[in-house]
Amino acid sequence: MAMIQEVAKTRHASRETRKGDGKAAAVFLAPWFIGLGLITAFPLLASLYLSFTDYSLLEPPNWVGIENYQRMFEDARWIQSLGVTFRYVFFSVPLQLAMALMLAMALDKGLRGLAFYRSIYYLPSLLGGSVAIALLWRQVFGADGLVNQFLAYFGIQGYGWVSHPDYALGTLMILNVWTFGAPMVIFLAGLRQVPTMYYEAASIDGASKVRQFFSITIPLLSPIIFFNLVLQLIGAFQAFTQAFVVSGGTGGPIDSTLFYTLYLYQQGFKSFDMGYASAMAWFLLLIVACLTAVNFFASKYWVFYDD
Amino acid sequence: MTDTPVRPDAHTETTTTTAQRIRPERTLSEVAAEVPDVRRKRRVGPRTRRLIKHLLLIGFGLIMLYPLLWMLSSSFKPNEIIFREPGLIPSEIDLTNYTAGWNALLHPFSHYLMNSAIVVMGSVLGNLISCSMAAYAFARLKFRGRPLWFAIMLMTIMLPIHVIIVPQYILFSQLEWINTFLPLIVPKLLATDAFFIFLMVQFFRGLPKELDEAARLDGCGHGRIFLRIMLPLSLPALATTAIFTFIWTWNDFFSQLIFLTRPDMYTVPIALRTFLDATSNSSWGPLFAMSIVSLIPIFFVFLFGQKYLVKGIATTGIK
Repeated sequence: MAMIQEVAKTRHASRETRKGDGKAAAVFLAPWFIGLGLITAFPLLASLYLSFTDYSLLEPPNWVGIENYQRMFEDARWIQSLGVTFRYVFFSVPLQLAMALMLAMALDKGLRGLAFYRSIYYLPSLLGGSVAIALLWRQVFGADGLVNQFLAYFGIQGYGWVSHPDYALGTLMILNVWTFGAPMVIFLAGLRQVPTMYYEAASIDGASKVRQFFSITIPLLSPIIFFNLVLQLIGAFQAFTQAFVVSGGTGGPIDSTLFYTLYLYQQGFKSFDMGYASAMAWFLLLIVACLTAVNFFASKYWVFYDD
Repeated sequence: MTDTPVRPDAHTETTTTTAQRIRPERTLSEVAAEVPDVRRKRRVGPRTRRLIKHLLLIGFGLIMLYPLLWMLSSSFKPNEIIFREPGLIPSEIDLTNYTAGWNALLHPFSHYLMNSAIVVMGSVLGNLISCSMAAYAFARLKFRGRPLWFAIMLMTIMLPIHVIIVPQYILFSQLEWINTFLPLIVPKLLATDAFFIFLMVQFFRGLPKELDEAARLDGCGHGRIFLRIMLPLSLPALATTAIFTFIWTWNDFFSQLIFLTRPDMYTVPIALRTFLDATSNSSWGPLFAMSIVSLIPIFFVFLFGQKYLVKGIATTGIK
C-alpha cells in the first residue's frame, strides 16, 4: 500500500540538493550501491545485450540482432508458455483475491477467535511456495490421490488430474487460490480503517448489506484491492516452483503446465541457449512493466484515495 | 449504561474508565451491543447465527488444512495403506517412513538440512546488516539525489529475478562460485532484497527524530546513533525481516536449483525434488515423511513469529 504512494510521491518530489550527510550516506549505502551495480544493474544490462546474441557459455557471444525476438514469435512452445501463464494469472489471481476479500469480511468486526482463524487461513500462504507442498499437490490430485478417494465415495471415477492435459493447469490454479491468506491479512488491515459509522448511517438509511458492500466497502477498500492486484499479478507471472515440481520439470503433460519461467529455465539452463533465454526474460520484464503501468493508469478511474 | 458519554467533545480529564469508554476504536456498534436494543430482539437468534458462522469458518479451515493433516498422518502409515485410508487417524503408528526417507538419498537428510541452515543463516544475517544500514541512510540522512535513489530502490523490488539470473549465473561461474553457497548469501550482504530496506525505512520514519537529534547534540556520530539508538528500538522490524528472510530462503527453489548442482551441496528443496526422481512414484510414505520434516522449521517460525508476520504483511503487503 504505502509502497505505491511512495512511488507517486517521489515523482513529484522536488530535487533535493542538500549535501548534509553525504559522507555518512556513502558509508551506510555502500553495500547497497555495490549490490545495485554488480548484482542488479550490470546483469540487467548484460541480459539486454545477450538477448541480441547467440550465447552458450562455451564460446563468446555472437551478435545476431533481433533474431532471438523473431524466433520467439515463431516458436510454438514459447507461444504455448505465454498462453499457459496468461490463463493461470487471469483465472487464479481474481479468484484468489475474491476469496481473500470474502474471508476478510467474514472475519472482520470483533469476531471471536479472529486470531485463530487468521492463523489457519494464513498458514497455507507460508507453505504454498515450498517443494513439499508441490509434492503433496501432485499426490492429492493424482490418479489414486486424495481427491479421487473422496469422489469414489460418491461413485465418481476421477481422472489423474495432474497428468491430464485439460486439468493439470487447473490444479496449479487451485494451489494459488489456496494461498489467499496473505492478501486476506492485508484486506483485514484495510477493513479496520473503514469507519463503522458509515455502515451505521447506511443501515439507518435502509441500505441493504449488498448495497453497503458495493457503495462503502469496495470504494474505501479500492486502494488496497489495487495494491493486492498489482502484487499478486507480478507474483503469478513469475510462478515456477509448483509447475516445475508437479510436472517433473517438463511442463507437461503435453506442455499444459509450461509456465513462461519454466520454459525460460529450460532454454537457459538445460539447453544453455542463454541468448534466447535473455530475450525471453526481457519480454517478461516488458509484460510485467506494462501490466503494472496499465494497472496504475486504470487505478485513476476506480481507485478512491480518501485524503 | 445509556448515560455513557460517547460524545467526541468529552474532555480528557475525565476518569480513566470514561476515557477508556470513549477511546476512538470503540465504535458505536460496540456501545450499542451493550445497550438493550429493541431491534436486536426482533432478529431471529443472533446467537444461532453466530454459531453457524463459526461452524462454517471452522469447516472451511478444515478443508483448507486437510491436505496438510492428511500428509502428516500418511507419513506414519505403511505405504500400502496410504491410498486405502483417506482418514486422518492412522490405524498404526509406523516410523519406518522416517528412517527410510532419512537415508533414501546419497547423503542422510540431515546433510541437506544443514546445507539449508547455512544458506538461511547467512541470508538472515546479510539482510539484517545490509538492509538496516541502507534503510538508515534513506530514512535519516540528507544526501544528494536521495529521492531518485529511493525510487530506484523501490523499482528493484518489482524486478523479476529471471531478468538478471542468466548474467548472474555467468558472473558467478566466472568467479567459480557455482556449487558453493556464495551466490545465495553474498547478494543478501549487498542488500539486494530491497523489500526489507523499504520495510525498515517505514519503521525508522516512525521513530521520534528528537532521539537522534539529542544524541547528535551529545556528540554522537551516525554510526553510534544507528547502533545504539535506532537498532535497539527497531527490534520488531528486525524480527520481521529475519522471519521473512528465513521462510523465503528456506522455501526458495529457483536460485538454489540453478546455483547448486552437486548432490553434496543440495539444500532441502532440491533434495526433496530429487527424491521424486530417485524413487518410483510408489514410495509416497518416505517422501511425505521428509516433506513433513522440511516443513517443521517453517511451522515453528510461524508459531512463534506470527505477530511479526501479520504486522509485516499488513504494513507492507508481502507474502
